[in-house]
Amino acid sequence: MSAYLARRGFHALIVLAVMSFLIYTLMGLMPGDPIDIMLSSEPDMTTEDAARLRALYGLDQPLVARYLNWLSALLSGDPGYSRLHGQPVFDVIGPAVLNTAKLIGAAFVLAAAIGVGLGLVAGAMPRSLRDYAINIIAFAGISVPPFWVALLLILVFAVALGWLPAGGMNLDGTLGGELRHLALPVLALTVASVGGYTRYTRAAVIEAMRQDYIRTARAKGLNGFQVVVGHAMRNAMIPVVTLMALDVGTLFSGALITETVFAYPGMGKLIFDAIMGNDFNLALVALLLATFMTLAGNLLGDLGYVALDPRVRLDEGTGR
Amino acid sequence: MTGLAAAVPERRVLVRLADHTPALLGGLILFVTAIACFSAPLVEGLLGIDADAVNLFNRFQPPGDGHPLGTDEIGRDVLVRLLQGGQVSLLVGLSAAFVAALIGTLVGVCAGYFGGWLDSLLMRVTDGVIALPLLPLLIVLAAIDLEKLGIPAEIAGSEQMSLYRIVFIVSIAGWTTVARIVRGTTLSLKQRTFVRAAVSLGAGPGHIILRHLLPNLASPIIVATTLSVGNIILLESVLSFLGLGIQPPVPSWGNLLTNAQELIWQAPMLAVYPGLAIFVTVISFNLLGDGLQDALDPRSTA
Repeated sequence: MSAYLARRGFHALIVLAVMSFLIYTLMGLMPGDPIDIMLSSEPDMTTEDAARLRALYGLDQPLVARYLNWLSALLSGDPGYSRLHGQPVFDVIGPAVLNTAKLIGAAFVLAAAIGVGLGLVAGAMPRSLRDYAINIIAFAGISVPPFWVALLLILVFAVALGWLPAGGMNLDGTLGGELRHLALPVLALTVASVGGYTRYTRAAVIEAMRQDYIRTARAKGLNGFQVVVGHAMRNAMIPVVTLMALDVGTLFSGALITETVFAYPGMGKLIFDAIMGNDFNLALVALLLATFMTLAGNLLGDLGYVALDPRVRLDEGTGR
Repeated sequence: MTGLAAAVPERRVLVRLADHTPALLGGLILFVTAIACFSAPLVEGLLGIDADAVNLFNRFQPPGDGHPLGTDEIGRDVLVRLLQGGQVSLLVGLSAAFVAALIGTLVGVCAGYFGGWLDSLLMRVTDGVIALPLLPLLIVLAAIDLEKLGIPAEIAGSEQMSLYRIVFIVSIAGWTTVARIVRGTTLSLKQRTFVRAAVSLGAGPGHIILRHLLPNLASPIIVATTLSVGNIILLESVLSFLGLGIQPPVPSWGNLLTNAQELIWQAPMLAVYPGLAIFVTVISFNLLGDGLQDALDPRSTA
């Protein structure tokens, strides 16, 4: 178990290291240049000043050297200041992570509950009328543009009915206000994920229902509900949990879209604004954190797989 | 023909596909949508309007009276803009799916046929790409300054370049499905008698891949590509919506929605039509792909 964990952790670290270099290189290719941005706000600076500043910040060094400087600063806990927010990077990221955790957490619980429920009903009776109906819903869910769902929700609940705010964040500090601001983003993100979860569950249940132990369960006189929930579901959930964990990255991408449309101050909107606003320090750390959280989600999914399936022995297994 | 296709001769594939009502419906809708989008100039002529003409005295017209879906915030015809946007979205979606299929096939065949360290490396990269939070990374790719890569300004800023660029970016996200499916099929094909016979007769890897593997990989590649077109069109629309894909005034279904959000109180229907077009197109591709999968591989569960 611990050997397996160590190996997976090591792989995740390699991916993270590769990604950090990739992200750093790509951010260096963004339009604009930190010193040029400084120059534009300080008309008195001369080209010699600019060159001195470049040397001061190490921007005249080759890419790999700059990357290593940045990495060692980051690892010693100093990721620098955010240009857009005028605050240390970690102070900006902290609240955003919390906001996104609320959004993703609520949407994931909702989508998983609905998706697994629908998938069970559909998978227990393939090619029934109910199965077809649920299949259409699932196909609609995976085919609908997530930002359009957000726009439609604004259109119905904010513009037409006026029940909920069209976006932004709760300012009055009450729980009710917070829930009202969370409702539409959570709903939009749920719609974006529920179709996939339904399809995973349905396929896994159909597969499980073909197994011999289902025939045995039927033969010993269990009713349909007991067979599906007690036997098929327990086994079907194993691949479903893994697929859901692999989907954390997708969930995060969905959060970026949802947060941008609803102007919800989470990690997704923060990353988008940082990239578009030339906020290098913030964008680098936020992108890296998003990658890290996704990798951690995948690892958790693998561990869940082991917890659910006693047949899987990690020490000799090859991962997934 | 052997492999998947051998179990189902072409004629039976068509019969099975015809039995699959949703797939048939999806194919039909796509056909009609494509015809409609590419007849945009015809519609323009019939209505006697110029969709690029700005007329600020004619903003936010309701449907009817020469404009079947009304006019937008600077007085252009919404229907014609929608059809023109469809041309761009469909072309970009299909070309990106084609590029993604090429990359995916190359990666999948190499990993499956050569095996060993190449296989573990390629599959680790594939798994990595699947697991990453792709959208933020694609946004960075869409925003980078091509001039810093040494591409001359007039090329980097051209309309063509922005099209090639979005095709390239979107295909980066789309090749993984094809790669995994192709690798799996290659692994099983490699064990079959006709491939082993070719090896024992002294055929090289190039010959085996081109003459023996690829023909048998055709149907899984077609299925995987059809299934990924939907996602690719969705991704293009997201990037264009965020202002990073197709640049206005060239319309695409995604960038038509960019302004719609600001105008949602004045002109709510502007936010409805392009999204509906994306939705219908993507669900049609997904239904068609699902039906093809059933028709080509009777053992699959879906």
